[in-house]
Amino acid sequence: MPTPPSARGGRRPVAVVSFAQAQNQRREAHRNEVETLMPVFADVLGKVGITKDDVDFICSGSTDYLVGGPFSFVSALDAIGVWPPRRESHVEMDAAWALYEAWVVLQEDGVDAALVYGFGKSSLGDLSRIVALQLDPYVMAPLWPDPVALAALQARALLDAGKASEEDFAAVAARCRRSALDNPMAQVAYDRTVDELMTEDYVVAPLRRHALPPITDGAAAIVLAAGDKAFEWAERPAWITGIDHRIETHSPGGRDLTLSPSTAMAGRLAGVQDGRVDVAELHAPFAHQELILAQALDLGEGVSVNPSGGALAANALMAGGLIRIGEAASRIMDGRADRAVAHATSGPLLQQNLVAVLEGGR
Amino acid sequence: MAEAREPVTTLDTPIRLEYLFSAGIAQSKNLRGLAEGRFVGQRCPVCSKVYVPSRGSCPVDGVPTDEEVALGNTGTVTTFCVVNVPFAGQSIEIPYIVAQVLLDGADISFMGLIQEIPADQVRMGLRVEAVWVEPDQLGPSMASVKHFRPTGEPDAEYASYKDYT
Repeated sequence: MPTPPSARGGRRPVAVVSFAQAQNQRREAHRNEVETLMPVFADVLGKVGITKDDVDFICSGSTDYLVGGPFSFVSALDAIGVWPPRRESHVEMDAAWALYEAWVVLQEDGVDAALVYGFGKSSLGDLSRIVALQLDPYVMAPLWPDPVALAALQARALLDAGKASEEDFAAVAARCRRSALDNPMAQVAYDRTVDELMTEDYVVAPLRRHALPPITDGAAAIVLAAGDKAFEWAERPAWITGIDHRIETHSPGGRDLTLSPSTAMAGRLAGVQDGRVDVAELHAPFAHQELILAQALDLGEGVSVNPSGGALAANALMAGGLIRIGEAASRIMDGRADRAVAHATSGPLLQQNLVAVLEGGR
Repeated sequence: MAEAREPVTTLDTPIRLEYLFSAGIAQSKNLRGLAEGRFVGQRCPVCSKVYVPSRGSCPVDGVPTDEEVALGNTGTVTTFCVVNVPFAGQSIEIPYIVAQVLLDGADISFMGLIQEIPADQVRMGLRVEAVWVEPDQLGPSMASVKHFRPTGEPDAEYASYKDYT
């Protein structure tokens, strides 16, 4: 039996062995959440030839605010079928944090496999108002600051600090959308030059259309397995050799928006710099945020950043971070990369950040 | 000198969000059925249970419930409560009965109003039938069912609905 690469933290090695996602699209008009998730589960379990009865733990990430109804995560369980009763949990966060919870639970003896999933139908309500409600309820949320305006303040801070130019934002968008041409699940993909993108009008200055993520309905799922089970199910598991998440103040006015110290700390603790990085999937919904994240993680030259197109290609809320981990893991599993970094964000303007390092080993 | 002021103890922050509702493919079939004055359920291919309405999957087996099942108009009261509390906007005279009705051939009950029988005579096992609104009032919602009323048949045996209470 081969041995997994050495990991930071955790008493048992845990790996991503399967990843699947729904087609990302602007509006899934027909299927409800359960009907969207069922084929994703069939896909993610089928890829490794297992059934729901082979997983010991199920964890999901979603938010009722997108659906406008209570306990939507409970009804989503109808898509997997939880009889006989099984151990299950949910986070009201991006499902990358559900993966973190599953990674913790997999450290226990007797829990050898977990199914993690996230879903978000962003099209059901007015997203700019829904997302505003994650701000503090006393002084910020009542002003309904929409996420594009807040992101524009962050982009403006970058420009004012001389850390980036509007052309840099366009260069990120051009590269991500070009990479997305190779991603059949992407929602927005094109081949346009920076000069072409710079002719677009501002949506909220200094952000032009290209710097904004699409509004996406989507869902994704990952199977995690511990130890020998990972080798049993996958030819080349994507071992999680480091994972950490950190949080900053809730108030965007209380931090330097041009930096992401929580990403830097999570990256350090996950061991990003312990070796060469082939691929980095960064959860940057707005183009300028990729620049902040790449700097925080100290990604040098030669790293392929967001080869899937990232969140600029598709941005299903509550699933987008998990998809970054899945995209990074896929590149380990199929041998395109040996060492990958995956990042997920949650909260306003990169408030909370999770970083995972994935390795194929030998 | 600082002016002594009353502390702020509360503030109002009105929040209103509007949503589309996507019923889904399976439930849409049920809703269209209601608009035609009939109940449409779906059967699980694994455990054969019939759900009305179906949300598209069997919550036990986690598989799509693709087989459509036309259900009749009659069913059994599995449990009920007597509403004695007046509230704003109440449209029905109290006391009245809200019951769980298990349609014949279905494996899940749903909530229905019981009328055309004195409240103190409603009981578990009572056989009932749906009374639909006038054809021009039918729509894709449970409001198409005006209420349920007794069929006059003998009560159902407890054993026939004990798994659904």
